[in-house]
Amino acid sequence: MTDAPDAVTLAVLKGRLEQIADEMDATLYRSAFNPIIAEARDACHGLYHPSTGATLVQGTRGLPIFVGAMAFAVKAVIDKVAKDGNLDPGDTFLFNDPYDGGTHLNDFRLVRPVFRNGKLFCWIASVGHWIDIGGNVPGGFNARATDSFQEGVRIPPVKLIRNGALDRDIVAILEANSRVPVSNWGDLNGQLNALALGEQRLAALLDDYGDATVEAAFEAFTARAEAMMRARIAELPDGRYTFEDFLDNDGIVDERLTIALDLTIAGDSMVLDFSRTSPPCAGPLNIAYSTAVACCYVALKHVFTEVPANGGCLAPITFVIPETTLLAARHPRPVGGYTETILRAIGVVFGALAQAAPARATAAPFGTINALSLAGKRADGKPWVMFSFFGGGLGGNPESDGLSHGNNAISTATMPPAEILEAANPVMFTQWALRPDSAGPGAHRGGFGAVYEIEALVDDTDGFLLGERGKFPPFGVVGGGAAALNRFVWTSDTGTSSAPMVSKVTDVKLRRGQRVRLETPGGGGWGDPMRRDPARVAQDVRQGLISSEAARRDYGVAVTEDGRLDAAATALLRKEVAA
Amino acid sequence: MSKIIGVDVGGTFTDLACFDVATGRFSVAKVPSNRGDEATGFLEGLFHFGEVSKFTAVVHGTTVGTNALLERKGARIGVITTAGFRDVLEMRRRDRRNTWGLWGDFVPVADRDLRVEVQERTLADGTVRQHIDPAAVKDAARHLLDKGATALAIFFINAYANAENEAIAIKAAREVWPNEHVCCSSEILPEIREFERASTTALNAYLQPVVGSYLARLEDGLAQSRFKGSFHIVQSNGGIMSTATARRLPVRTALSGPAAGVIAAAAIAREAGFEDIITADLGGTSFDVSLVARGEPALAAQTTIDFGLVVRTPMIEITTIGAGGGSIARVDAGGFLDVGPESAGSRPGPVCYGQGNTRPTLTDANLVLGRINADRPIGGKIARLDVEAAAKAIEIDIAKPLGLSTMAAAEAIVRVANAKMAGAIRLVSIERGHDPAHFTILPFGGGGALHVSALLKDVGLKAALVPRYPGITSALGCIIANVRHDEVRTLNLALEGLDAPRLEKPIRELAAKARAIVDSAGMPLERVAIEVELDMHYVGQTHTVSVPLPVTLETLEAPLGEAAIRQAFEHAYRRAFSRLLDGVGVRIVSVKVAAVGVRPAFDMKALAPPAGSSLDAARRPARDVWLDGQRVATPVWSRLDLPVGTITEGPAVLEQPDTTILVEAGFVARTDALGNLIISRN
Repeated sequence: MTDAPDAVTLAVLKGRLEQIADEMDATLYRSAFNPIIAEARDACHGLYHPSTGATLVQGTRGLPIFVGAMAFAVKAVIDKVAKDGNLDPGDTFLFNDPYDGGTHLNDFRLVRPVFRNGKLFCWIASVGHWIDIGGNVPGGFNARATDSFQEGVRIPPVKLIRNGALDRDIVAILEANSRVPVSNWGDLNGQLNALALGEQRLAALLDDYGDATVEAAFEAFTARAEAMMRARIAELPDGRYTFEDFLDNDGIVDERLTIALDLTIAGDSMVLDFSRTSPPCAGPLNIAYSTAVACCYVALKHVFTEVPANGGCLAPITFVIPETTLLAARHPRPVGGYTETILRAIGVVFGALAQAAPARATAAPFGTINALSLAGKRADGKPWVMFSFFGGGLGGNPESDGLSHGNNAISTATMPPAEILEAANPVMFTQWALRPDSAGPGAHRGGFGAVYEIEALVDDTDGFLLGERGKFPPFGVVGGGAAALNRFVWTSDTGTSSAPMVSKVTDVKLRRGQRVRLETPGGGGWGDPMRRDPARVAQDVRQGLISSEAARRDYGVAVTEDGRLDAAATALLRKEVAA
Repeated sequence: MSKIIGVDVGGTFTDLACFDVATGRFSVAKVPSNRGDEATGFLEGLFHFGEVSKFTAVVHGTTVGTNALLERKGARIGVITTAGFRDVLEMRRRDRRNTWGLWGDFVPVADRDLRVEVQERTLADGTVRQHIDPAAVKDAARHLLDKGATALAIFFINAYANAENEAIAIKAAREVWPNEHVCCSSEILPEIREFERASTTALNAYLQPVVGSYLARLEDGLAQSRFKGSFHIVQSNGGIMSTATARRLPVRTALSGPAAGVIAAAAIAREAGFEDIITADLGGTSFDVSLVARGEPALAAQTTIDFGLVVRTPMIEITTIGAGGGSIARVDAGGFLDVGPESAGSRPGPVCYGQGNTRPTLTDANLVLGRINADRPIGGKIARLDVEAAAKAIEIDIAKPLGLSTMAAAEAIVRVANAKMAGAIRLVSIERGHDPAHFTILPFGGGGALHVSALLKDVGLKAALVPRYPGITSALGCIIANVRHDEVRTLNLALEGLDAPRLEKPIRELAAKARAIVDSAGMPLERVAIEVELDMHYVGQTHTVSVPLPVTLETLEAPLGEAAIRQAFEHAYRRAFSRLLDGVGVRIVSVKVAAVGVRPAFDMKALAPPAGSSLDAARRPARDVWLDGQRVATPVWSRLDLPVGTITEGPAVLEQPDTTILVEAGFVARTDALGNLIISRN
């Protein structure tokens, strides 16, 4: 090992290496088939440690949850190689096993060794969300799954490419198990393009700087991230902070599930103990241990944005996530609804940290992915599947109101345009709008959620939804209030229906002209709403974003019928509340 | 009656260039800009070139539109839209500002109570499901007027597929709207994707009154000076347009100023024998790069002016990173040195300006290293730069925390900044499939020429070309830019079994429309060229690749067969992604047509050094410059006095009023016949 490179070389290498990962991301976004990668950017690339799999380098745009989870994926391949031996240059592993370093079955990982002078230098990896991999429900978000087999095909780490030769048999197996094999084939090719490009760029960089220098830089990056994380933790008061939040149900049994966190800060280290969380559940709301660690990583990175994204920032943190909880599930527990559970776990970390660090507090984001698919057959017999995640409000915070219609903490995915969805599927949006009165009140209120109402243009349209927050709304912090609940209804021959499991349903049948309606939560509020500038409350009323009733009730603000602030009445109202 | 004037209004100065077509003479002028009153400096500057009444043409690169967007100083606009879709502008594409960190909110350019819904609906296949009632549109427009709207944007869902309802609506709205500030999405951008279309349309309306009144002030001023020539505006795509078109489509001026610079850079380089260049503009807060391949600037389909403010219209692709002369250097909690994106800008500016900033910047580092002459600051606003204060700031903020000497710390700041600039150059070259070894870097503006030797080394570029007057590159671009107009239409046609007329008809229509606009611009043209590109993809993909078609207006029939288009698509796709997807259907999503009115060539000899210059006259006293870890007594030359053919070996510093050039050891600089400086490896 050489000495650590100088400050300038480190700064230069950091930029060069991030650029490699960014370029891999960009290549896949551009060439992917399915909109979940191409538009929603549900993908990630990076470089990983040769023996531990720890993240060495991430792009600046990779999907946050994958950034946290990829180290486990690479570790799974490292373990397989340790068991089976025979790793050669030009090999590439493929897998989607959620219990072995994955997330859910749709996320396909490609992991490739990078050799230098006959020695393994690091790993380079790609993950992307494929649109369909079999299972009971098109698109994979099966809210009724009670085991992994109903969710799709599970592929353990296998050599897709052996010494540079693509194994067409594996491709044939994948093709035979998807409703949309062409889409998966397109995405796989995009990921292979990204890996090839990353390999080429890394080789050029290593030739420029020397392997030893780059290796030493990796160590320095990791040490730096650890040092910064420790410095940030040390600023917080020592103590034990507890927070819990709930999932509506697991889609099978209508009982709430608790995600509980006991967060302990001692000096420059932190313990995240989830032991009091509910046990594994029957439905698909379980997550694997690797996913649970990944969501803590995401939460911490959103709070401590300045800490660099590599494995070093997890070093000061001890995780206690027992297998007796739904946060460390084993096969064949279903995990297809993992997005909902990780959002709740991330929120719980925000909630606990808000007590330790009010100056960095963020109220709960809307906190549900709302995986909605509509599907059926066209007149020519060809199947169609419209699948998307939907937006909601982000939480109020010390700096600003929450963002309206944003994405969840785990993703930076952009929403597919309504016109693209309508052009590709026999549906028509009758509403694509902000949802008034959905934001949590606060000195800085939450952002607003949305209303999406979709009409079927053909008969025999099937609807599926995997959502949450139907019973437990996004919470406020530092005195802020909770946001509105998630709501999903549809029209049927008998009138308006809603799901027994609230935001989870698999068997909606629509005829031509019938509609589904999804109303998503806003974000929680930050700070006492009675301290919000009454003029801003009146402004929200004029904009039709909050009702005058809500202005009185939540903010103690009176607004006249023509939308002006009634200062005298407001003073009285606020006095009453204070008394 | 033969002078063409180019005017580039920047944040601090207005640069003007004058070319006298009759005499072949070229001259420049610089006057202070007044933010908020750009017209005054503009008109004052013109008088430097004689009687305004005798000018043939004035061409203007403007940042009035850009600034109105960035500072949110556009009009109060109203929006009329399809029932159910009033919030498209506010909902964006569900994006957020940063990947990490959930803070920050967004305010759209149109308030929610000024976004009104009307009953109407077109489906994705173009079928009108619900017809529009013109009376309802008029009511909505009157309501918006009552609420104080001064401009109106109409945006209906799926209007790209069938503009019928929008056309009826805009006609009705125009009947009640008291001014010309009315636009609709199918006229501005008839392309699929509602947010991008709505945003571009709304921002167009937002700019119409601002840009319109600015142009009116300029036109009044010109008229008072008895100007009888033509007056044109540079668009973001690098072409120019008439002021009538600019009033209708002000959103197309969003990147007007920098685009003109790239156009001039491309022309200067072409004349000097360089077809492949990367332009680099190092300003106070940012470093802007653009790629020009085979003489053609790369165009981007859209840009984000600020979070949530998307403009989709072809524009010169300018990649910006937060590294400029005013970028602040710091050591973070992890002990790492970084430069930017935080910037001291031009006010208070670097520490050495003595205007209150105490945190070291890139310019401070260049000064401490002796690369900049403290006694001859660029721009001439400040008499002398404060070297001691700059050194002190570097010592406290950088040298001490890193355990370095002050000079080593200053050098480290420059190297980190160079690495960032190199990253931006890699981004536009290597990441887009271009080998930097074939490219020449062309710095314009004041700051870039100090760094080109380092960038040549780091990225492996072929050479650097420093134009004779880097500071007026954008003004020069105004003089030489072609007239241009772009049109787009979404078609959604399958390539397999393509019915050729369904493609040819829209191309013909768009070409005729674009050409008419170019013809009516009133500039002398040598010819009008038509460029056609298809946006295509494999069925199932959402992103597209641009596929240029080898057609002209005259040969439109011949090469539009399915086979020829497939060949063109596969060529473009392989270039972008290296592998094709056999057996997957191919779709033509949109067609883009540009009409380019080619103006008579500008003779670059007008810029050449005058005869009679000599090396002796160019020599200045040598000074100490810190290079590669040591103090080196470095020759200094007055760049503009160097005779044609001079070879200057590095290390050397070349000074001129609008820039400083550093030729590092191992490089040589040659003054070519046109007065350009060509720097290459020795």
